[in-house]
Amino acid sequence: MPVAPTLVKTTYREAVRAAMQEALERDDRVFLMGEDVGAYGGCYAVSLGLLEEFGPERIRDTPLSESAFVGAGIGAALAGMRPIVEVMTVNFSLLALDQILNNAATILHMSGGQFNVPLVIRMATGAGRQLAAQHSHSLEGWYAHIPGIRVLTPATVEDARGMLWPALMDPDPVLIFENALLYNLEGEIAEDAGPVSIDQAIVRHSGTDITLITYGGSLGKTLQAAKELQRDGIGAEVIDLRTLRPLDMGTVLASVRKTNRALIVDEGWRSGGISAEITTRLVEEAFYDLDAPVARVCSEEVPIPYAKHMEEAAIPQVPKIVAAAREVMGFDE
Amino acid sequence: MTSERIQHLDRDHAHYLLHQMLRVRRFEEKCAELYQATKIRGFLHLYIGEEAIAVGAMGVLEPDDAVVATYREHGHALVRGVSGGSIMAEMYGKQEGCSRGRGGSMHLFDSETRFYGGNGIVGGGLPIAVGLALADKLQNRRNVTLCFFGEGAVAEGEFHESLNLASLWDLPVVFCCENNLYAMGTALERSESDTNIAIKAASYEMPAWTVDGMNVLAVEDAVRKAVDATRQGGGPHFLEFRTYRFRAHSMFDPELYRDKAEVAFWRDRDPIKTFTELLKEQELIEDGELVQIEEMVAAEVEAAVAFAEGGTWEPVSELTRFVYSDGSGL
Ligand SMILES: Cc1ncc(C[n+]2csc(CCOP(=O)(O)OP(=O)(O)O)c2C)c(N)n1
Repeated sequence: MPVAPTLVKTTYREAVRAAMQEALERDDRVFLMGEDVGAYGGCYAVSLGLLEEFGPERIRDTPLSESAFVGAGIGAALAGMRPIVEVMTVNFSLLALDQILNNAATILHMSGGQFNVPLVIRMATGAGRQLAAQHSHSLEGWYAHIPGIRVLTPATVEDARGMLWPALMDPDPVLIFENALLYNLEGEIAEDAGPVSIDQAIVRHSGTDITLITYGGSLGKTLQAAKELQRDGIGAEVIDLRTLRPLDMGTVLASVRKTNRALIVDEGWRSGGISAEITTRLVEEAFYDLDAPVARVCSEEVPIPYAKHMEEAAIPQVPKIVAAAREVMGFDE
Repeated sequence: MTSERIQHLDRDHAHYLLHQMLRVRRFEEKCAELYQATKIRGFLHLYIGEEAIAVGAMGVLEPDDAVVATYREHGHALVRGVSGGSIMAEMYGKQEGCSRGRGGSMHLFDSETRFYGGNGIVGGGLPIAVGLALADKLQNRRNVTLCFFGEGAVAEGEFHESLNLASLWDLPVVFCCENNLYAMGTALERSESDTNIAIKAASYEMPAWTVDGMNVLAVEDAVRKAVDATRQGGGPHFLEFRTYRFRAHSMFDPELYRDKAEVAFWRDRDPIKTFTELLKEQELIEDGELVQIEEMVAAEVEAAVAFAEGGTWEPVSELTRFVYSDGSGL
């Protein structure tokens, strides 16, 4: 009989920190750089204490120069290091978009396979803290448009703890999106928790009537919605995509072939977003398995506003997910 | 400060400067209180300690001049003439706010005073300022654009690209760098290979100099000189103001990166305290007048809060307004 692992309490923030700590201990090539990761302790306190432990060479504070330090991460990765570059939030990563898209994602291909870029870029994402339109967007689905990079969206403490190491060992650039509202998430993980898959989606809640497909900051809300649907006798299966590129359609299709109904929940915008991509793939690959049109709950097509009630209305919420799922269930051919 | 400058200081003008600085200080002290009371949410970046810059600068501007600022812009908006009530209502998220509650503390906008925003992206305002100045020049308007930003922005490419363009095209923009020595927790000497910021600007072939940002008279003189020269076709100018923020970067900052002695050193140079002392010393203000100014300011802050409290929430049905100018949501 397998022995149950000892569980320890942790938070998402601590789990990310523990993952970085382990990587720094395990591999000399690993270093962390970004704005205020050192003396300040990270703008979300994720790297608090790492400077004291590993010193300024490996916990490297950068000036406000996103394009240059992301690009420097690419260069260092090309020349044998394994950098973890922290860009405070996805909003500021736009200043480094040129480096990410035109260099990190393309150099392997442009060089005919000679140069790969083993770089990890971590950044916070998401709305929900009344930070308005320049600090609240969810662009991870948008990054998933780009061939050449892998996009991870850890939504649990296990994934926060376990995705970094395989990301660092990946020979190609990996973007890790940490929804800022998750940092305080508490959970229990095995004391010896280690790497997890960065290829597969996972079923977080089983059900037979409808498949709810989501990731990142929307997972909690979607699980909550599944509970409410259960009370109405609707069995919702919740899939956490975990990786937006490559998409693990195998797990999604297996579920939809069972439930015959699908609803996608995404904090990104609807038009041209990851929800549109998943919908298309369902139409391409599971058209005849569907008993109802695929439905979506996404952010409204508006820059995220400051006022609380407006922000809440702009992003997916439990009642909206429940209502949309009921509508899919009520659909009559 | 030269004694000559002080001798020529007009009593009314001195009172005006002190009044403006106190307006900003008391307004923001109230904001901090309201943040604790959760009336104001999101990020709140206080300007406390840096008031002399906005106050010294804004008084020099003409009504048609333009202003671009950062997320630390309550003071700039207030002194530029955006009403305290509409700023406070904005921070409450009410539709009577200067940005209808869409922007909050970091995104104050006001077309009346050509206040082109609080920008939340470091360095993001500089290229816009260049464009505003370009439009004024192309339309033969004698306006000047004043562009405020922190020294953290100096490390961004947009800073260098903007200064170069402004100089290359000889545009009427005055860059005002508010050097409070820290970008969040990053001290200037840990982010710049050469900490002399004015010298970088000068390398783009524009007049650039460093000013004591804790001295409202020095600020006013410098901005007047730069704005006048720019308005007369002298091209872009650059001012680096040496200053210090007394409070945390935002309400979430544990301030692990600077020591108490340093903060105390700068608090001693509090622009309001030192200016008040100077005026008393020069017998330019009496205690009674000081009390009067404080009362005026308190009444204004109180009225601003009352206006915000009495404001209304924009209906959720209007969520997708202002995405496109024709009002359509697509
Ligand atoms: C492009 C970009 N990167 C990072 C941030 C996060 N951030 C907000 S304020 C700040 C420090 C800016 O310092 P400075 O420009 O000196 O202005 P101050 O806050 O001191 O007024 C940082 C790093 C941001 N808003 N924009």
